[in-house]
Amino acid sequence: MAATDVDIFMNEEKRNLSLGGHVGFDSLPDQLVSKSVTQGFCFNILCVGETGIGKSTLMNTLFNTMFENEEASHYQNGVYLRPRTYDLLESNVHLKLTIVDTVGFGDQINKDESYRPIVDYIDTQFENYLQEELKIKRSLFNYHDTRIHICLYFIAPTGHSLKSLDLVTMKKLDSKVNIIPIIAKADTISKSELHKFKIKIMSELVSNGVQIYQFPTDDETVSEINASMNAHLPFAVVGSVEEVKVGNKTVRARQYPWGVVQVENESHCDFVKLREMLIRVNMEDLREQTHARHYELYRRCKLEEMGFKDTDPDSQPFSLQETYEAKRKEFLGDLQRKEEEMRQMFVNKVKETEAELKEKERELHDKFEQLKRMHQDEKRKVEEKRRDLEEEMNAFNRKKVAAETLSLSQPLKKEKDKKKLVKTENQSGVSASSSKVMMAKANVEPLNCQSWWEAIQCCTCLVHNATWKKPGGLF
Amino acid sequence: YISNLQFLSMKIKPEKQYVGFATLPNQVHRKSVKKGFDFTLMVAGESGMGKSTLVNSLFLTDLYKDRKLLNAEERINQTVEIIKHTVDIEEKGVKLKLTIVDTPGFGDAVNNNECWKPITDYIDQQFEQYFRDESGLNRKNIQDNRVHCCLYFIPPFGHGLRPVDVEFMKALHEKVNIIPLIAKADCLTPNEIKKLKDRIREEIDKFGIKVYQFPECDSDEDEEFKQLDKELKECTPFAVIGSNTVVEARGQRVRGRLYPWGIVEVENQSHCDFVKLRNMLIRSHMHDLKDVTCDVHYENYRAQCIQEMTSKLAQDNRMESPIPILPLSTPDVDTEKLIKMKDEEVCKDVI
Repeated sequence: MAATDVDIFMNEEKRNLSLGGHVGFDSLPDQLVSKSVTQGFCFNILCVGETGIGKSTLMNTLFNTMFENEEASHYQNGVYLRPRTYDLLESNVHLKLTIVDTVGFGDQINKDESYRPIVDYIDTQFENYLQEELKIKRSLFNYHDTRIHICLYFIAPTGHSLKSLDLVTMKKLDSKVNIIPIIAKADTISKSELHKFKIKIMSELVSNGVQIYQFPTDDETVSEINASMNAHLPFAVVGSVEEVKVGNKTVRARQYPWGVVQVENESHCDFVKLREMLIRVNMEDLREQTHARHYELYRRCKLEEMGFKDTDPDSQPFSLQETYEAKRKEFLGDLQRKEEEMRQMFVNKVKETEAELKEKERELHDKFEQLKRMHQDEKRKVEEKRRDLEEEMNAFNRKKVAAETLSLSQPLKKEKDKKKLVKTENQSGVSASSSKVMMAKANVEPLNCQSWWEAIQCCTCLVHNATWKKPGGLF
Repeated sequence: YISNLQFLSMKIKPEKQYVGFATLPNQVHRKSVKKGFDFTLMVAGESGMGKSTLVNSLFLTDLYKDRKLLNAEERINQTVEIIKHTVDIEEKGVKLKLTIVDTPGFGDAVNNNECWKPITDYIDQQFEQYFRDESGLNRKNIQDNRVHCCLYFIPPFGHGLRPVDVEFMKALHEKVNIIPLIAKADCLTPNEIKKLKDRIREEIDKFGIKVYQFPECDSDEDEEFKQLDKELKECTPFAVIGSNTVVEARGQRVRGRLYPWGIVEVENQSHCDFVKLRNMLIRSHMHDLKDVTCDVHYENYRAQCIQEMTSKLAQDNRMESPIPILPLSTPDVDTEKLIKMKDEEVCKDVI
């Protein structure tokens, strides 16, 4: 009946109405549950701690299964993250569990940059989700959410306080992920030491402003247990996959010569508390916190970086679309400008290169000309020399012929003439005398020798012929 | 010594001529008791490894009464300090001047590059001091501050040696006797201890680290002794647990740690190797550690020092200061002459 009393003209304020009978929308949570069960759940754990501190063993113990794991070496050059995804099924609830391991954490001598790969990984997962969210055609319901829901930070059980590396790393991570600090290998700390250790750790975290995950106390059904658990942080855990017989039960434990440490014994360690808090009570809250707080913070920072604002200078709500368009235009403009620049540059370069090439061509041409000229000069010179030589040769031949013909015809006349010539030419040089000798000889006999030079040298001819002596005082 | 001596004197027949030098061991014993002994022990390792607790357990005293531990924040950029604690302890008339050299801050900062440098510098300084004293004129009261042994604490949480462990040991293995220990061994089950020991021994071999080796026992020792010696050698590196508190276990009051699941007794050989370490360090090998320090590490240092000096001398032709490295406070003429003489002798030997 009350349902018919609803005012058609609804105002802004909501009124509480009481129902007359059972409507049935109280089944909504069940519908939600069955939907999520069919969809399956997804949970991502990040384990940060030094090599060998017990991260893999704890995961095995928590989920009661053996995830494959090789022992890591201490000699990695840096920290790298190793995510592994598993599909688990427990009474028809599917869980897609991703465990991310930090390999090499705490092993280097210089650990200044150890936190960086971890922060980068977390940011990358956020980025991927953001990209998916900003897509035009998106399928968020299908998306495999890889954002880290919880970071378990393993503290070494020194018994004194946190290590410097722990403090530095947790400070870098606390605004990006839910952190639960745990004391690893806690079977090496006695009860009294443990109490002091926990207090010291918490006070150090508080005094350095590190925000760790607080179990939520707003929901009455779980607030009490959560509040009491908050007081037990950090949890001192012991992990084991080996089973030991204690009494008449077989439990997971570690066997020492002095006793047996049982993993699920609450007076031995806080393993049960961790499992309760992490898996059985607050898993969903962790996922929510990751999405509502850490992811939103990341998204806001990222978008602000990109230049988006919620309100423009006139305090009018900006439409994302307009901003998008503006950005896009700007971007395209940028692109075009860059293209132009590049083209200009290219053209300039081509011009330059062409000019260079032309220059080179000219040079080569000049050189060629020069060489050609030189060549011609040389040739000319050679020609001249050859002609000179030929002339000389001709001259000589003529003389030779003339000399021969002269000696054959008019030998006497020639002699007399020559005698006179000799007398008058007595004072002339040797060459004259030699030619006289030649002619003198020609009076008497034809020359035996082929040439005049040979004739001079030919003693027999000269000796035979005594006439040369006659012309009187040649020698 | 005394019991051995009595045995010996009984062996010699009274008719034979008795010379009497068989009493020498007794004389040595007497003199050394009068003189007293000194021993310098260095402990190194990250903070929280139980070094102080172990030292207290070894010498059954409390050396670290008012110690201030730094917070994580203060340790981010911490440098390594060297702190000496000296105590005089006495047992059955034998006096021991024990010096513990502590190295707080080692491996605690975020950037630990060369964090072992202050430690190596300290050891070298002690050698240098001794070298100067030894070369001096008045050698009556030389104080020996050289480090005789270094206990290095390896964390039990990992899978073996870490890079900082390797670098530290390599920087020190030729300057001091290193005894590596697995600290806080009560977090390891017997199987895990064995695996870790094997792994560490392997890695020590692999990286060429020269840790302190127990001397071979004489062939004429009895079988039991030889067996013990063999077990000792196979047990390294020792997995130790220390405790500052006394608990009630099996009807006795012992040093131990009380857990909800049991009580760890420090002196129980099936729980840890503390007893082996104590016996080795104090009861049988203390003097050998001193001898190795004097005969091997110090001699190496000295030879190196002299070589550097002579090569430096060859370079500078001036002879104004014969020992340029060590700044002598007031070198008078006589001392200088003597130094020159000695130097020449050494030059002759070295060249």
